[in-house]
Amino acid sequence: MIRWLFAILAGLVLGGIVHLVSVLALPRVATKDAYSRLAAITPVNAVSQLPLAEPRNALLPFQDPAFATAVCRYDLTSGSLKFSVPVSQAYTSVSFYTRNDVAYYAINDRSAGRRVIELDLMTPEQRAELPEEEDVTAADRLIIESPTLTGLIIIKALAAEPDLMAQARASLLAATCRLQNDPAAR
Amino acid sequence: MRLIFISLIALIVATAVGLGATWMTSTRGISFGAITIGAWTAWPRTGTADIDPYARAAIARSGELPIGSGDGVAFIARTDDNGRQLDGRCDITVSGITPAARFWTLTLYDARGNLVSNSLQRYGFTSQEIVRTADGSFDIRIAPRSRSGNWLPTGGLDRYLLVVRLYDTPVGAATRSQRDAPMPAITTVACP
Repeated sequence: MIRWLFAILAGLVLGGIVHLVSVLALPRVATKDAYSRLAAITPVNAVSQLPLAEPRNALLPFQDPAFATAVCRYDLTSGSLKFSVPVSQAYTSVSFYTRNDVAYYAINDRSAGRRVIELDLMTPEQRAELPEEEDVTAADRLIIESPTLTGLIIIKALAAEPDLMAQARASLLAATCRLQNDPAAR
Repeated sequence: MRLIFISLIALIVATAVGLGATWMTSTRGISFGAITIGAWTAWPRTGTADIDPYARAAIARSGELPIGSGDGVAFIARTDDNGRQLDGRCDITVSGITPAARFWTLTLYDARGNLVSNSLQRYGFTSQEIVRTADGSFDIRIAPRSRSGNWLPTGGLDRYLLVVRLYDTPVGAATRSQRDAPMPAITTVACP
């Protein structure tokens, strides 16, 4: 009898460990997380528009249907990224997600404070390598540090009424994201 | 022989308990730092780098992207104010006011987070479309058949959930109570 109790007790303790390990491992082994879903249909280091949220073609769950959405899937392996988007009439926001879908930074048109949201995205190492004086003269340049080499920038523009959706989508067409040292961009 | 058998039992219990608990927590969305106001619950920390491991597991499994805290905050309701499941065959009202925010949206989803199809292609309201009374409060009617005023169709779905997203809002991790964030009341008016 005591052996059975011991077996169950040991099972519960081990089970607790299994639970903790599996919760921590889940984000790393998940294959249908948002990044993986978007990676399948989006180019890297370029902006692409996502289809409107509709009942049948739900790309991601819990999308807000009042928003036009575009995504820039980035990879900072070969350098930092320059990003810009003009603000739309109603409300525009730019959110940054790591490879594991953690929202590490988000900014909206009002906190950006101008007609165009412009920023540089780099890893902490790339930022450390920036020449000192450049860092100072670029005081008005917003620099975001990405905790991971790859990730997602999600750009959203609100269509306050359904009729304004075309306008919101059009404002996202002007969004750009490209590698800083991309020769084609100079 | 006995020892092997007992170890086997222990391992089976471990697997069942461990994976079962992980599945439960990642599907039910159990995580820390929740703000509950009436029937509405928000997890503002889920939209920051301080997200807890349970919320990370839940979003990795569901495939959603949580709303960033610099963007806004999302409140979810699965029940009315009396704790009754939201039922798409019933008439339900969402009435009152919302916390300070530049914009807000209210959206109806099925339990998996998909929009619910209907002939109007209306999946929710934004703060600008809504018809309000003179004092600025609103009354949204969620029902399977058309109603006057702010009608949101349910498509006759038996269970659904509502999400209010506040954009550019002071509501966040520091918010505690109804006084900081007056969320609208959810009432089941009539059920067939």
